[in-house]
Amino acid sequence: MAVNLFYFLVFPGFLFAAVTGAFLSWFDRKITARVQFRKGPPLLQPFYDFFKLLLVKETILPKQGSPLIFLLAPVLSVFGATMAGVFILLPLFNITTGFKGDLLVIFYLLTIPSFSYIIGSLASGNPLAAVGGSREMKLIISYELTFLLLIAGIIMKCGQKFDLYSVIQTQQAGSPFIGSISGVLLFIVGIFCIQAKLGLVPFDIAEAETEINEGVFIEYSGSAYALIKLTKYIMLFILPSFLIALLMNGFRLNGINILWAVLKVLVVVLVLTLIRNTNPRIKIKQAIKFFIVWMNLLAIIAIVLISFGN
Amino acid sequence: MGFKEYCFKKSLWVFHFGGASCNNCDIEILDCLTPRHDLERFGILLAGSIRHADVLLVNGSINKRDKERLIELYNQAPKPILVVAIGACGCTGGIFAEGNVFAGPVDKIIPVDAYIPGCPPKPEAIIAGIVKLVQNS
Repeated sequence: MAVNLFYFLVFPGFLFAAVTGAFLSWFDRKITARVQFRKGPPLLQPFYDFFKLLLVKETILPKQGSPLIFLLAPVLSVFGATMAGVFILLPLFNITTGFKGDLLVIFYLLTIPSFSYIIGSLASGNPLAAVGGSREMKLIISYELTFLLLIAGIIMKCGQKFDLYSVIQTQQAGSPFIGSISGVLLFIVGIFCIQAKLGLVPFDIAEAETEINEGVFIEYSGSAYALIKLTKYIMLFILPSFLIALLMNGFRLNGINILWAVLKVLVVVLVLTLIRNTNPRIKIKQAIKFFIVWMNLLAIIAIVLISFGN
Repeated sequence: MGFKEYCFKKSLWVFHFGGASCNNCDIEILDCLTPRHDLERFGILLAGSIRHADVLLVNGSINKRDKERLIELYNQAPKPILVVAIGACGCTGGIFAEGNVFAGPVDKIIPVDAYIPGCPPKPEAIIAGIVKLVQNS
């Protein structure tokens, strides 16, 4: 019991994921600044932002709409991100959960933050938030099938095993999945799915800052918005880690391999940041078409290649 | 200086309200956020929604229609909020002070924490004003 609470609250769970995610968020902003020939924010900037929102600012509740659901939605999103983080990070640090079938549980837990953003935005009673909520819903519909096909491809590739620990062990015994043609295709699909899940620029349609004033988050202020920031930090760490666990061999925690583990996370975040900095925001129609037609096509080609043994 | 104040000063998110402006001040404010002056070094970001803002930048002359919107915006902002009046029109009314639709400079409508005069103020002047605001608040 105490060990489980420790797992959930401190080491691979809440605290560790949040702190690492905050540093990754700084890395993302610093790379963005360097791409634009700027100097960029200081190292502790994500912590300043978080504590300012949590401790200093006032939380305003909507007059119309439902204040209770409005406040519960950020709590729910932190909970979903933390649960998904525990299930992803425990196998990555070579601690077996003994739970067969956790890939599907992770898949469902990873959608909880997006769903709670929708619930919170619709509970706020703001018309722009409603527009953002409906866009987020359409975005979820378009990328979830692709994400499921990615997981199906991984399950086929490691011989019908449904738990993340076996996926990592299979790769560490043999070669990483990304070393084959189907692995590269699945990596491209995975990167774009993560981009959409994190709401980074080509797919930040739901929270378009200049167009609908932050969309789903328009009414959030103070500590409720701090919890949403926290969810974003956690997601920025666990989604790249999930991709690394699925395709890039997981982490090994002895000697020089710790450095490789850190580098893998940084490289995946770097790819996400560069995509974010070199693309404009697309329309929701284009996003749906991109996922339903092109990304699904790539994923299906990868699955066909896997069934022929590539 | 406590931990809370330190975090607040290191992460000021600004929201930009343009009154009946000639747009020169708007352009100079945007210039502060471009790569050349880079206010993100100090943690200053442009917020899309007033609910996320810590600083309300007001520029341009405030006429009778702007007055209602400015008061509403000030009431919608989460406290503590700092208000900065930018440009001659925001500080005193400038050449519009005699006009019949003019509804008074910003500090007659909402409390103002800092004034940055100039027509328009240079980006360096705006940065200096923000620095003084952070040091004195």
